[in-house]
Parts: sequence; C-alpha cells; structure tokens
Amino acid sequence: MQKIYFDHSATTPVDKKVLNDMLPYFTEKFGNASSIHSFGNEAMAGVDKARKQIADSLNCNSSELIFTSGATESNNIAIKGLIQAFRKKNPNKKIHIITSVIEHDAVLEPFLEMEQKGVELTFLPVESNGLVNIEKVKNAIQDNTILVSIMFVNSEIGTILPIREIGKTIKKVNGKRLNNWKKCKTTSRGDKPQRIYFHTDVTQAVNFIDCNVQWNYIDLLSLSAHKIYGPKGVGALYKKEGILLEALQCGGHHENNIRSGTLNVPGIVGLGSAIAQIDSKTRDKNNIKITELRDRLVSGIIKNIPDVKLNTDRKVSTPSHAHFTFFGVEGESVLISLDLEGIAVSTGSACASGNLKASHVLIAIGIRKEIAHSSIRFTLGKYNTKKEVDKLIQVLPKIIKKIRNINPLYELTE
Amino acid sequence: MYSKKVIEHFKNPHNQGQIEKSDAIGQKGNMACGDVMKIYLQIENNIIKDIKFETFGCAAAIAVTSAMTDIAKGKTIDEALAITKDNIVKDLGGLPEPKIHCSMLGIDALREAINNYKNK
Repeated sequence: MQKIYFDHSATTPVDKKVLNDMLPYFTEKFGNASSIHSFGNEAMAGVDKARKQIADSLNCNSSELIFTSGATESNNIAIKGLIQAFRKKNPNKKIHIITSVIEHDAVLEPFLEMEQKGVELTFLPVESNGLVNIEKVKNAIQDNTILVSIMFVNSEIGTILPIREIGKTIKKVNGKRLNNWKKCKTTSRGDKPQRIYFHTDVTQAVNFIDCNVQWNYIDLLSLSAHKIYGPKGVGALYKKEGILLEALQCGGHHENNIRSGTLNVPGIVGLGSAIAQIDSKTRDKNNIKITELRDRLVSGIIKNIPDVKLNTDRKVSTPSHAHFTFFGVEGESVLISLDLEGIAVSTGSACASGNLKASHVLIAIGIRKEIAHSSIRFTLGKYNTKKEVDKLIQVLPKIIKKIRNINPLYELTE
Repeated sequence: MYSKKVIEHFKNPHNQGQIEKSDAIGQKGNMACGDVMKIYLQIENNIIKDIKFETFGCAAAIAVTSAMTDIAKGKTIDEALAITKDNIVKDLGGLPEPKIHCSMLGIDALREAINNYKNK
C-alpha cells in the first residue's frame, strides 16, 4: 500500500541533502566540538557552519544563537531563563508577562509554572481565526511587563500571527519609556525603565515565512529542526545580544554557559543544512505548490462531503494547513480509518490526546467542545503530490459516511 | 497502538444499527465528552435475542461496543448485567490504558437498557 503523509505539522521527513550533510559527522568527523585537537576542530567547523547558516536565515549574528534539543527546550530557556535572571538582579520587583491562549504547551506550561512562582500572567484572547488583536497587546502591557511571547504560526489551524506588528508595538512602548525617563532629571528619575522583551516560537513558520529577527523586532526566538525537513532532537534559540538568561541546566559551560551539554554535532549540522535549503526562492516555489495542493484538498472535501466546516482561515494561514470539522464523526475514528488506508493525519479530538482533553486552541477560537472532537487536521508538505490529495478525496467521503452511520445522534441528510 | 481484534471490530462492527421494535433502549455519554453509546435490545423469556448498537466515539469505543454485543447476545439479562469491563478488554486482546474508560460506557448503556426493561 502506498503510504501518504499529511501530518507535516507533527514532523517532516529529513531532506536527503540534509541527511547527506549530516552523515560524515557520525563516523568520520565524530569529534567532540569542545576538544581542541583536530577531531574536535573538524566537528566545531561543522557547528560553526551551521551557526552561520542559521544566522543568515534569521538575519542575526552567529554569537546570538544557542543550540538546544528543540523548540520545547528553547522556549523553556527563553521564558524561565529570562525571568529567573531578572529575579536574580531585581529580587523585589514584581514581574508581569503576556502570552496568547493559543500557544503550544511548550510555551503555556513554562508560563504557568512561572505564574505558580508568583509572576503575574496575562493571556491574550484570539479572534475566531486565531489572530491576536494588536490593541489588546498594547492594552495588556503594564509598567512591570518584562516578556511577551506569541507564536508565529499556530500549529493546529495554521494562522500566521502578526508578529512584526506586535514586535513594533513593543519596540514603540520601550522607546517611549526610555525617552520619558531620559527627559526626567537625573537626580530624581530612578532606575532605567525595564525593557519588555519579545519572544516568538517560529517552529511552524520557518518553512513558509521569512523569520528575520530585525524586520520582525524579535528579541528571543525558538525553532526546531524536525519541522523543516531536518533531524529530530535539535533546535536553536536566538537571543539578542545583551539579554541575560539564566541557564536551566548546569555542567560543561557549553553555548556561553546557557545550555550545558556536549553539542549534538550531526543534529546541529542537519539543522543548519535544513534551514539553508529554505532560501527565499525555494520558499516561494514551495509555497505556491503547497497552496495549490491545499486548495485542491479543501475544494475536494467541500464538494464531496456534506456538513463540514473549514476552520483554517486561508487568508491568514500558512499554505500547509487545512483544519476541518466533520460534523457527526469523532476525529480519532476518522484518523484510524484513514490510517488503515495508509493516510496519516491528526485530530484535535480528546480521544487521540494523552490527557483526553479537547484541544485548547480549538476551544480558544470558539469551537464548541462537542465539535472539537470532530476535527481533523491535514498539513501538507513539499513532497506531497496531487495524486495523493486525489486519493484522500476518493477515500474520505466513504469513511465519513460510514462513521456517521454508526452515530446514534447524527441524521444522514444525503 | 490497537490490537488486531480491535481494528477488526472497528472496521466491520458486529451488530451495528437499530432494532425497529426493540424491547429496551439504553443510552450513555454525551457529545461534549466525545462518546455516546446507544444499545437496542430484543428480549424473549429474559434472554437477549437480538442486540444492536450505535456509537459516536473513537475506534476503541466502536470496537468495545461491538465486542460487547457479541458477548451479550444469547445471554439472559442477568448474565448480561454481570458483564464486566475486564471481560470485554480481555476479549479484545487488550486496550491502551487511556481507552479503558470507553469500555465502561458501553457496559453502562447495556445495563441501562436492561434496567429500563426490568422497570417496564
């Protein structure tokens, strides 16, 4: 059976070019990048090259990058590391932080942990298409706000958040505060005002959008290799020069003491290579191709299956995503049925999650719990074909019909 | 993740549908929690002559209800009341831990149908 993969938001296959770039670093160039002999130097050369590749892509300096095990770790270091470093310097100051209700758990949970430790937390609501309103960001900022964290692309519905506008807003507030402070008499003005830092998780964005940190006014950024046709278990954190972060684990003082642990050289080389494949020309080309496939998939589903709703707002989303509600079916049973046909998708249904809770993202965009269970996410990638989309459109209507037929509460209207 | 038998029941559920002139009906669960089970019974001389089910739920929920109807069919109503979740899970060759609760809902719907019959 020909297998078809429509779950690129979960992970992507490693690009063959990326794999070839990585391979020598397992056997021939296996040295510890911290060693100062030739083996170590060879490994470090690979790390340096990857650092440069990532820096070029993000438009930052190599020295502003920290390699991690992935975006989850990058998020944890950015959020907890920033707050802990701030606390150390200002033990008596109250701290306020802002995030959105549709963040990934890898951002939400560190935020909630910080809240437990006495940090004041604001969750920004989102519109029904997942967008954050800039005015709401502005209004949420307090005198003691030190961090705003908003994802670039939502992994479930694909919404692209207005990162540049948010970054600009924060920059303006920072500039205004500094100017007001400068205008005050030096004898009475007190400490320099605290800067608000802007963190964004770009894990789902890199394939489709230029994540230039200068253009987007980003201070801290997390990314992961395995979502961009690179290997699993490696990611990076961009930290603008001068920002203080406290390490979450101690040890061998790697990565400027922020992330101790022997560098995952093949993984890092893979991350660099993966990001280097996504130059603006390739990105545009893939975006056009994937948009065409997504539109074919969406219109095929809408034409062939009654009683469905597209939850992805295509005007504001990455080309990859098509998130649907199929009324009257439970998502996990659709997922398993498609899997039996060799087609991989994902669902926001509680029945497919470890904690048996409906997706917080779907609830946040106003989807009722009973309908959240009926959702299926298709996420397309650069290797998908029209033929694969057509195969899905051929098998899915029968599956939905069969499962609706078993549902005691669903009246077949066909 | 699922045993072969679970997948078999899910692909081709046994006793799925409705009984037009049923002697008792039981329904448990709701859409918000993601599972609804409905059981139809035809009972003669306290024996379950026919049983049918409808389910809104995950693959496990469908398989569990399907397997349960196999076990219940032909049994006296008191025997059917004694069916436990372990009977079904064992019959299916095991279920992933988070899915065990699905099996309870099927049993609850069957018990409700039988109790409705008894209280008629």
